[in-house]
Amino acid sequence: MKALLPLSLSPQIHAVGQYLVRRLLTIIPTLIAISFVIFAVLDLAPGDPTSALPETIRPEIRQQIRKAMGLDEPFPVKYGLWMRQFFINEPLSLIENAFDIQIGDGEKRLRVTSWGSRGVPVMDMILERVPQTLWVVGLAYLVAIVIAVPIGVVSAIRQYSIFDQVGTFISLIGYSIPTFFTGLLMILLFSVKLKWFPMIYDTNLQIVDWNSFVEQLRQSAMPVAVLGFFQAAILARFTRSSMLDNIPMDYVRTATAKGFRERYVVIRHILRNSLIPVVTLIALGIPAIFSGAIITEQIFRVNGLGALLIGAIQLNDIPLVQTVTFIFACLIVAFNLIADVIYGILDPRIRYS
Amino acid sequence: MIGRHISSLRVIAILLAMAFLLAACPAAAPAGDESMATGEEMAEDEAMEEEGKVLTILYWQAASLPGPYLSGGTKDQDAGAITLEPLANYDPNGTIIPRLAVEIPTIENGGVSEDLMSITWTLKEGLLWSDGSDVTAEDVVFTWQYCSHEETGCTASEAFLGIESVEAIDDRTIKITFDSPTPYPYNAFVGANTPIISSAQFADCVGAAAQTCNEENTAPLGTGPYRIIDFKVNDVAVYERNPHYHGDPAYFDTVIFKGGGDAASAARAVLETGEADYAWNLQVEPDILRDMEAAGLGTVISAFAGYVERVLVNQTNPHSDLGDDRSEYMDGGNPHPFLTFPPIPQAMSMAIDRTLISEQLYGFAGQPTCNVIPAPLHYVSDSNDACLTQDIDGANALLDENGVLDADGDGIREYNGIPLKISYQTSTNSVRQKTQALLRQWWLQIGIETELINHDASVFFGGDPNSPDTYQKFYTDLQMYTTGPTIDPQQHLSNWICDQIPMRDNSWGGGNIFRGCNAEFDALFEQLTQTPVGPEREALVKQLNDINVQSFYQIPLVYRGEVSAQLNTLKGVWINGWDSQMWNVGDWHR
Repeated sequence: MKALLPLSLSPQIHAVGQYLVRRLLTIIPTLIAISFVIFAVLDLAPGDPTSALPETIRPEIRQQIRKAMGLDEPFPVKYGLWMRQFFINEPLSLIENAFDIQIGDGEKRLRVTSWGSRGVPVMDMILERVPQTLWVVGLAYLVAIVIAVPIGVVSAIRQYSIFDQVGTFISLIGYSIPTFFTGLLMILLFSVKLKWFPMIYDTNLQIVDWNSFVEQLRQSAMPVAVLGFFQAAILARFTRSSMLDNIPMDYVRTATAKGFRERYVVIRHILRNSLIPVVTLIALGIPAIFSGAIITEQIFRVNGLGALLIGAIQLNDIPLVQTVTFIFACLIVAFNLIADVIYGILDPRIRYS
Repeated sequence: MIGRHISSLRVIAILLAMAFLLAACPAAAPAGDESMATGEEMAEDEAMEEEGKVLTILYWQAASLPGPYLSGGTKDQDAGAITLEPLANYDPNGTIIPRLAVEIPTIENGGVSEDLMSITWTLKEGLLWSDGSDVTAEDVVFTWQYCSHEETGCTASEAFLGIESVEAIDDRTIKITFDSPTPYPYNAFVGANTPIISSAQFADCVGAAAQTCNEENTAPLGTGPYRIIDFKVNDVAVYERNPHYHGDPAYFDTVIFKGGGDAASAARAVLETGEADYAWNLQVEPDILRDMEAAGLGTVISAFAGYVERVLVNQTNPHSDLGDDRSEYMDGGNPHPFLTFPPIPQAMSMAIDRTLISEQLYGFAGQPTCNVIPAPLHYVSDSNDACLTQDIDGANALLDENGVLDADGDGIREYNGIPLKISYQTSTNSVRQKTQALLRQWWLQIGIETELINHDASVFFGGDPNSPDTYQKFYTDLQMYTTGPTIDPQQHLSNWICDQIPMRDNSWGGGNIFRGCNAEFDALFEQLTQTPVGPEREALVKQLNDINVQSFYQIPLVYRGEVSAQLNTLKGVWINGWDSQMWNVGDWHR
């Protein structure tokens, strides 16, 4: 039996390889099209970065500022410049910084710089934000998975039990109450009344010892709870319905008829098959971790990517919005591909042809 | 069986891998932070734990850059003002007080020339930058060159208009020469919007190069009580005590200037949880602020400068049938069909209860006003104060007397057969929309029907010449917004002369937004530009204010201030409307 293994796998791996190459090739025009649409939409959108300036500033001076930002160039020039900066200059600078080497004339290479904070490369701003977003939103996602899957499983097995009813009720609350409301509620309860957690997220906090680690946990508690609750509600519902789809299946009845214990049937047979769509859902949700939780980050003053994006939109900082949006688009495309591949690997019924 | 077994292992493996990916993130967070931190910062953190004298300032708009030259927001100017200093500041009363300068130059002490063509400043002795190098007159000259260079795109260049040259006479003496007689010579280098920057640091950042000076722009050297040690764009700035400060050493070891979030939660962080010491510009419903203040931890404070929320009355016809000629002045050939008849806007002004608007909608941040020049006190006219009392009956009587009657009995009066139906636009903002609704209700009581319109602020104030919805194009009968004079009102008043009417030919570039032309106003303004600071200048400003208000080109509503909050334990705060709220941060203590 064991000898069969390589034989049964290799054609599949081969097919996956071909499939991957095909998909990767289609990604390139997709991303170029996306970058064009993002760039064009933002360029055509009304609004002007100098509108955030005091109204007392004269039109001539506004015009000078626009010119200094490169705003008066025609659209194709701006687009071409941005493409070059984003696809050539930025990766080069990233490599230079990562390996501490010099490629060509790095000093003169134009990087995508922000309009709001002139002179500051957009990529540096993004990289500064990534750790906070991954920590808060990623942790919330992890917490959500750990809570949601067991709840979903138990709810499905004990369908219509008290546990299921309560779980359903709480999940419904979880995803029908917006995070800005739960966030505010938590601040009022835990910061203002009980004074357990700080309401301002200190982004300068460095974890150097046990105390600062505890402080980090304290300040992350509320944003993680708000986001985790919301995510868990969705995932739990999804796990439950996926489990319910599998329970009446023939293979489950066969396994039960063989006399396996219920726990074994649930874990080894039902759960394993039910998790296939759940894992796909989780993979598709990962780009959302990077995009941050715009509202939650705003409420708790976490300087993540979501807060960066919303701030950039308010200031009409177009290069920053374009770049952040495009990176999100790349992540979404990439994780869609990953989800497709995972789905195929997990479910042998799917064939890449 | 085995095939299934394998795939179950894979599920577990993938789940584990994902868990690891996510678990790796927290590990990445501190590592990333550490690599960015400097040695100084680490030392600072230790100091914080030992002494704990930390001042936390919350701005719900995060600073983009510390300093006013490349980013024009108040948040940026204030983040800069903690470390950058001008030659002189304005105090909250509008008085000029020396900062880096020894004294304020005047005609009497010979610092300002008799012909009003130049001003000479002298720096204090022994001034040092926060890195210990000398501050010289060259730095002042450089600051002017930096900001007035066209390609720098300097957001404060307004203050340097009309300056022909800035020269260093010796190490401590600076002479500014103007291109024409300048009765008010204190625009440049006075106040937080024109601080001195280091010529050594910014030498390579003039002109187009300003856009690439990442390090300099985010960590300018200063002369003030604190110096920047860390600046996270659009998030937080950290300062430490500046050992080279020319005044008494500052009280706090560390100042944290944190941005982001929203105004209500910033207020809560000071007034209800006490997590922050100071929160800026709390645009929050007055009732909510009063409730928060009742918690007893902090106090709500307000600063007033010159801002007036007012209704502009279009003197030209904005009717949509006119196409491209909408709201075009056309040398007076396109007057508004009824708003140019003074009794109508006068009645509209009388019907307004300004006290109600300012108390209910603005709270701590508003006082009713009848003037377009509301401050400083010596420039304020008292001849329009009758408008402070609402008089709907009087307004109705005024319209009746002038023959503006409701002939067809539909509740709306007509003037020359044209029903008084007006459109009224402003930016999208809950206080403005509530003000609009109140005014419409009052105007309905005097037989005027109002259509309310609002546009997103970035469009309304955006100045896009292709958009019909900007305040410059003014394609409605009325519009409402706030601007105000700086400490000397000449610049503000210069907007309202006939030459400043926005039109197609000047790409809607002028400041006479209401499109009103009055020869008497222009003549008096000409006189103002030649009158030095003194009683004569004060009388002229009052006259100009009265002409504008009494022609009903503009209907002033509320004198607007800014509301901030401070902890009760924080001492030394003297909130300033004329300068940065951080202007005296070096005096703050517990």
